Amino acid sequence: MAEEIRLSKKDRIAIWWRSTFLQGSWNYERMQNGGWVYAMIPAIKKLYKTKEEQKAALQRHLEFFNTHPYVASPILGVTLALEEERANGAEVDDAAIQGVKVGMMGPLAGVGDPVFWFTAKPIIGALAASLAMAGNILGPIIYFVVWNLLRMATMWYTQEFGYKAGSKITEDLSGGLLQDITKGASILGMFILGALVNRWVNITFTPIVSSVQLSEGAYIDWKNLPAGTEGIKTAFEQFAAGRALSEVQVTTLQDNLDMLIPGLAPLLLTLFCMWLLKKNVSPIVIILGLFVVGVVFHLLGIM
Amino acid sequence: MDLNLIQIILVLVVAFLAGVEGILDQFHFHQPIIACTLIGLVTGQLIPCLILGGTLQLIALGWANIGAAVAPDAALASVASAIILVLSGQGEAGVASSIAIAVPLAVAGLLLTILVRTIATGIVHIMDRAAVEGNIRKIEIWQWIAITLQGLRIAIPAALILIVGAGPVRALLEAMPAWLTDGLAIGGGMVVAVGYAMVINMMATREVWPFFAIGFVLATVSEITLVGLGIIGVSLALVYLALSKQGGSGSGGSGNIGDPIGDLIDNY
Repeated sequence: MAEEIRLSKKDRIAIWWRSTFLQGSWNYERMQNGGWVYAMIPAIKKLYKTKEEQKAALQRHLEFFNTHPYVASPILGVTLALEEERANGAEVDDAAIQGVKVGMMGPLAGVGDPVFWFTAKPIIGALAASLAMAGNILGPIIYFVVWNLLRMATMWYTQEFGYKAGSKITEDLSGGLLQDITKGASILGMFILGALVNRWVNITFTPIVSSVQLSEGAYIDWKNLPAGTEGIKTAFEQFAAGRALSEVQVTTLQDNLDMLIPGLAPLLLTLFCMWLLKKNVSPIVIILGLFVVGVVFHLLGIM
Repeated sequence: MDLNLIQIILVLVVAFLAGVEGILDQFHFHQPIIACTLIGLVTGQLIPCLILGGTLQLIALGWANIGAAVAPDAALASVASAIILVLSGQGEAGVASSIAIAVPLAVAGLLLTILVRTIATGIVHIMDRAAVEGNIRKIEIWQWIAITLQGLRIAIPAALILIVGAGPVRALLEAMPAWLTDGLAIGGGMVVAVGYAMVINMMATREVWPFFAIGFVLATVSEITLVGLGIIGVSLALVYLALSKQGGSGSGGSGNIGDPIGDLIDNY
């Protein structure tokens, strides 16, 4: 062969864009294989000119493939490098290419799932949701922009990284940087989760524990306030001085619990849910169950 | 409230996008916070749908497609509940009952996803034959057909809800007694815990549990906003990483794999 065929940056951008649709024909037999071959098509067209070579390449890339959709990018990059070598006459057989794909998809899914699904998405989602629940339109905008920038940058740079590192990528991934990122992300994630469990799981117990008749002078004596604005002023002064609003002090079960630490019941509920999930109870069952509990406890006057 | 033709078309477009994204998981149009807001935007009920989206997003925090497992379907849950909220005309007051409707819908959506993923098995067999023929165009076309099916998975149910119309939907919602809607709202306050529990189960190790505790306690100080908590969290992570490196060989980093509270829960 006189001249070496190389994939241009434009080719690699086309493949990067197409990898967005990796899961489009996700199926129970070979999972992401259709999307994978769809992403590889620009490379196959560029690298192989004869019909026979193209047919072989298409069939080669319709084999089973499944990983986290974003970390498929470095695998794509490595595969591109291998296919390029092969098209230029190097001894890269089908088994080597399939081996690299299968060898990388498992460990990388193990990175992609915790980093994106269990850390980035809950954190961005929770922050954005808090804004949205307050009626702030910035919530969804921030979510959309941050998420897509993160995703697109990750996919492009890891694909390029894979392409350049070629078959050496698997070794590089065991290096320190990735571990640091994973660990740092899980520290931040757990910290935020602790805060969110406290703030956003709402459980309020309404039963009244005690009603105490307060002694005179401990509450605002509404009947004997001066008339007009002077009365309002006196009431505010007495309130600021710590007087109660009515002559009976009501303490609910929730008030008592809050004296231990606010958010105790949400914490216990979360731990209980973790236990149920570990016992393989379906999250859907738990969710529906909690709705039932909410209705029943409300009817019983507990919540 | 009734929608005009343009609004109906736009709602169906959003539903289609959400369905496509439900499988692709890329742009995240299917996430409640995006899908509900878009439906609110095209129907002129932005704020109630925005609040619905935020609330549903919290519930769906830990829903993820992992490996071959399929998560409850956020796409149908958010699209359908937002449409129902809009049609009911209840505004923000209808958010709690729409959420209660969303959860069963997430299960229904799950079944539809499984159906389409099974159909896609047939599609890749057509791709196999196209590959033998060397017909690149045909493979691309079938990839797009598969994606379109996923879009229709949400667009068709959305159209059905629109056809049934505001009347029955409103009647259904108004027929709900106060104890039921109040109770469901209370339940809604609790179901968020399930999402957190799923995420914690994935992330928790002996090493990171203390950070959960610190976050939990600091959250009781209501003056610290979430952004403030975020800054504290990042700082803690950086400090920890720096210190564990200084600790040098052995003692600090490696031996700490495990999840004591998780084990406790396991053994209980």
